[in-house]
Amino acid sequence: MVTSNFEYFAPTSVDEATSLLSKYRGEAKVLAGGHSLIPMMKLRLAEPGILVDIGQIEGLSYVRKEEDGVAIGSMTTYREMATSSVIQSNYPLLADASARVADLQVRNRGTIGGSLAHSDPAGDIPAVVLAIGGSVVARTRRSKREINIDRFQVDLLTTALRDNEIITEIKLPGLASGTGTAYSKFHQPASHYAITGVAAVITISGETCTDARIAVTGAGDKATRARRTERILKGKELTPPVIRRAASRAAAEIGDALNEDIHASAEYREHLTRIHAGYAIDQAVAAAG
Amino acid sequence: MRAYVETSGKGPTMSTEITVTVNGTAHTEAVEPRLLLAHFLRDVLDLTGTHVGCDTSQCGACTVHLNGEAVKSCTVFAVQANGAEVTTIEGLADGDTYSNVQQGFWDEHGLQCGFCTPGMIMTSEALLKQNPNPSEEEIRAGIAGNYCRCTGYQNIVNAIGAAAKAGK
Ligand SMILES: Cc1cc2nc3c(=O)[nH]c(=O)nc-3n(C[C@H](O)[C@H](O)[C@H](O)COP(=O)(O)OP(=O)(O)OC[C@H]3O[C@@H](n4cnc5c(N)ncnc54)[C@H](O)[C@@H]3O)c2cc1C
Ligand code: FES
Ligand code: FES
Repeated sequence: MVTSNFEYFAPTSVDEATSLLSKYRGEAKVLAGGHSLIPMMKLRLAEPGILVDIGQIEGLSYVRKEEDGVAIGSMTTYREMATSSVIQSNYPLLADASARVADLQVRNRGTIGGSLAHSDPAGDIPAVVLAIGGSVVARTRRSKREINIDRFQVDLLTTALRDNEIITEIKLPGLASGTGTAYSKFHQPASHYAITGVAAVITISGETCTDARIAVTGAGDKATRARRTERILKGKELTPPVIRRAASRAAAEIGDALNEDIHASAEYREHLTRIHAGYAIDQAVAAAG
Repeated sequence: MRAYVETSGKGPTMSTEITVTVNGTAHTEAVEPRLLLAHFLRDVLDLTGTHVGCDTSQCGACTVHLNGEAVKSCTVFAVQANGAEVTTIEGLADGDTYSNVQQGFWDEHGLQCGFCTPGMIMTSEALLKQNPNPSEEEIRAGIAGNYCRCTGYQNIVNAIGAAAKAGK
């Protein structure tokens, strides 16, 4: 399969890359790991006239411990995240989810920036970052802004990113002590994409749940917070009946927008969402203790 | 680097000059940006050991090493490999001496038709570099991105296990 023709640029700095995006606004697309964009171009679902490859820019892959959390460069690959000791110790669910994306070869190419920008409804990382919280740093030629992750995923394959912006960094907040995390997914056995995946970040103080962020992927159009589940958990002692009741509401926000495709019916996805919400919460609670 | 535009009889075609070091030899060629690395290797350099099975990023038959890491070369543009080192199945043996993984596939009968084998071997090499002593489960997870339609995988798993032992 041959993609349509395009003009190719390989800038070596973010400034050069953002200048190209401004100059060719509307026509140009960013190429990162290429593991969503190239397959889409082969199918001619995407036919950008210009590609700006950010893979030759030095200094976009890093995991850096900061005072109030961790900063991850947008070109950091799944493999780099899965094997980073900073990520393993600060956000075990991100290391675990990264190690379970696709396969060894895809994990060597796919990037955190690409997976957030692409916002695949079955992608793992959007839900994990949504459960951790934090923000996406986006730059244009002239400006730089931080987009709160809660406002980043807008719709199916659609984010708050503008077409002249490049994600340069993902900022994750430090997690309070007593926080446990987990990611539980039911994967499509060939691609490993999430048929349904649930990410949980839960803080427990004494016997009480003081904070909970739960995010669901695969079930709907985009990664979504399960706010009703969170509300049931917060302020309570997380006994098995409380967890069961909270998990049973995990698909509530998705409502009628449950996906239905060759892999699973809407009904089955709703069922899987509850089950995996239960697993993720159980595991996060165990990790918090 | 900027792609320049040539005008041929069929309208404009774009081409970019790239230098890629393949199995230790540097090659400089003018290519269309849309040329995939798999086709660059097969059609431009005539290294047909790299196979294209699915062309949809799934089967792993096209796996090569890009700067030492296993990638699916049907999902990388050749221009993205500009300045990089690529190793293909043709670059593994040292003269008549097979690599441990190649020898493992030979000894354990890790192939039938052989179509998946180059990609399977390139992934296995990368797997053993990451994890020199994998369990059977880790071997199976490591080759999850490579499909074989003949063997039922058992002898492939044995072959990789044998290569790991030989590497010790
Ligand atoms: C066989 C296969 C199996 C897969 N299985 C899984 C799976 O199990 N789970 C999963 O989550 N994903 C899976 N994926 C998708 C994979 O994770 C992709 O790598 C990822 O979705 C996109 O990241 P990328 O770096 O490859 O981005 P690209 O494909 O390069 O880009 C994707 C989109 O994001 C934009 N973009 C990329 N980076 C930036 C940036 N820094 N700033 C602004 N825009 C940007 C591009 O313009 C493009 O629109 C799979 C892919 C394949 C081919
Ligand atoms: S041909 Fe590249 S993955 Fe199948
Ligand atoms: S040996 Fe035939 S596909 Fe694997």
